[in-house]
Amino acid sequence: MTKKQKKVLYRIIISAVLLVALMIITHNVDLNKWLALGLYLIPYLIIGYDILKKAALGIYHREVFDENFLMAVATVGALVIGVWESGDFNESVAVMLFYQIGELFQSYAVGKSRKNISALMDIRPDYANIQGENGLEQVDPDDVEIGTIIVVQPGEKIPIDGKIVEGASTLNTSALTGESMPREVVPGDEVISGCVNISGLLKIETTKEFGESTVSKILDLVENSSMKKAKTENFISKFAKVYTPLVCGSAVLLAILPPLFNQFLLQQPPEWKTWIQSALSFLVVSCPCALVISVPMSFFGGIGGASARGILIKGSNYLEALAKVKYMVFDKTGTLTQGVFQVTQICPVEGMEQEELLAYAAQVENYSNHPISKSLRDAYGKEIDSSRITDVEEISGHGVKATINGVAVAAGNQKLMVSMELNCPEPSGIGTVVYVAVDGQYAGYILINDVVKTNSKQAIRGLKSAGVKKTIMLTGDSRPVAETIAKELGLDEVYSELLPADKVEQVEVLLGQKDVADKLAFVGDGINDAPVLSRADIGIAMGAMGSDAAIEAADIVLMDDDPAKIALAMKISRKTLRIVYQNIVFALAVKVICLAVIPILGIGMWLAILADVGVMVLAVLNATRALYVKKL
Amino acid sequence: MKKTYKIEVDCANCALKMEEATKKVAGITDATVSFMTQKMKVEFEEGADVDAVMKDVVKACKKVESDCEVYL
Repeated sequence: MTKKQKKVLYRIIISAVLLVALMIITHNVDLNKWLALGLYLIPYLIIGYDILKKAALGIYHREVFDENFLMAVATVGALVIGVWESGDFNESVAVMLFYQIGELFQSYAVGKSRKNISALMDIRPDYANIQGENGLEQVDPDDVEIGTIIVVQPGEKIPIDGKIVEGASTLNTSALTGESMPREVVPGDEVISGCVNISGLLKIETTKEFGESTVSKILDLVENSSMKKAKTENFISKFAKVYTPLVCGSAVLLAILPPLFNQFLLQQPPEWKTWIQSALSFLVVSCPCALVISVPMSFFGGIGGASARGILIKGSNYLEALAKVKYMVFDKTGTLTQGVFQVTQICPVEGMEQEELLAYAAQVENYSNHPISKSLRDAYGKEIDSSRITDVEEISGHGVKATINGVAVAAGNQKLMVSMELNCPEPSGIGTVVYVAVDGQYAGYILINDVVKTNSKQAIRGLKSAGVKKTIMLTGDSRPVAETIAKELGLDEVYSELLPADKVEQVEVLLGQKDVADKLAFVGDGINDAPVLSRADIGIAMGAMGSDAAIEAADIVLMDDDPAKIALAMKISRKTLRIVYQNIVFALAVKVICLAVIPILGIGMWLAILADVGVMVLAVLNATRALYVKKL
Repeated sequence: MKKTYKIEVDCANCALKMEEATKKVAGITDATVSFMTQKMKVEFEEGADVDAVMKDVVKACKKVESDCEVYL
């Protein structure tokens, strides 16, 4: 507990003890009304002085509909009735006491859930080690400049993104990905901050500042996620704004109308006291706290729980929308497949060696970062002399042209060959085809295959059972490859041979076809698909460890490349929304029942405050469940 | 321009009221207050004097919730 909370706790205990003592005394001894009031004022002021002060300030600032003001009116009103008629002051003190207990509980619970979440996201490094003159020195990671060599000992967190210059070790990435599978690293490997070094001493040359490192970005993202409020949350805010004035207005009417009605129409005694008491009870129920606190708290918990499983959600609104996703659109390469290509077949035209064709293809693709180019270079396996390659021209969605040793070479898909007015045969196997033209003549093709991720099939099935109506795959790859994979994975629709721009267009078409209430999510690997990620209702990027582009462009980021995490994220979203709805319905129902029953049965403030605080406590306890997503 | 400030506020409804009050301050286009993270994100109008505007924000917040803090 914080100092502030402890102070409130002491006040609660002292005034509770005093209240019980006074109850016993007044039960046995007949005190003078004014003496009793004086005695009761002691616990009343101890427990309620700050509320009275805030209420007075509220009146001064003309902010009358605030809960301090309402509590002050209700309890002072009860004291007045005590003096006026009953001589019972228990009610007033008790109401103030319970109200403060409720507030203390709320503040404690919120602090606790905040702490739980920061414990889950315990990836912030406190220091970085730098080799100084007298051994290792610990410095603030913020002060480490790019290019500094930092030392990470076994058991320590890597504080800043960088490249290993010395040492080999195993890294635990579970704080980032939620998976405990360790990763082996050797000199030359890029490592990202937040991983824990398990076995060996590592010397790392930093490639980023701390503020730009993965850890900082992730923490920033998670901490700011509650700034993007969910629709439900905004609805509750609006509701709270009208609810309190509405209840207060009804309280005033309840205090005035029935007595006048009694007196003038029914010619009966007005019974002012009874009705004013009911009106005061009304005021006690008028605080919207249970609703206002429990909704953002549930979303906060859901987002926190998800990040512990390696799913970063950028806002409560995305967590909310995720449950309504009916159309899941996937990119193929790197998302459903590993994005690791292997050359499976080399078919040169007559008069050319396989090795020669592969050499041309590998050289022309030398400068491309595309995984296909990489697989060609890997298959070639020899050092490429880049000085021989000139006039490189990349044609998006088609391929690459370049001059190698004075010979014009082109490598790419069928469209490239068509644009060069060359005839090329259909390949005899399934796979991505790279056609090669040398000196303006068709020279052969190379077949490349990508491997489907082991979890992809299970992921698609999981999404179906999570309520996704249609799973769709978009790919730039050829139709036979796309369809084979779609069949293997059980996808509903597949659109192949798309240029990057076509993917956006296709998503637009799909967006136009669906119901407004249904959401469409696009899942990509963050490479080349930023426009599509931002165009979809929800953009999900996977395999984001260390990829800044993906973290920037997407709404939801999966730290590892496991597509099964998408279904898990949907389950977390469902669970969170279920808790939110439970809280809203429960809190509203209890309040409405209270408001309805108070005037009919003449329920006292006692019960009203118990109902009010009780609902709040239960709603907050329910909201804390959102954090626990281990078993989903 | 957007800026984030650390705040201290005790109840969720008060956080909502601070958000409302901040939005109405001249020189501010939008504001969000997160009770859970105790942070306030403020979007300033083009060319606004941040220090002066934030002073008004603090004043407006104190008016609706006397017990709050905004750490500038």
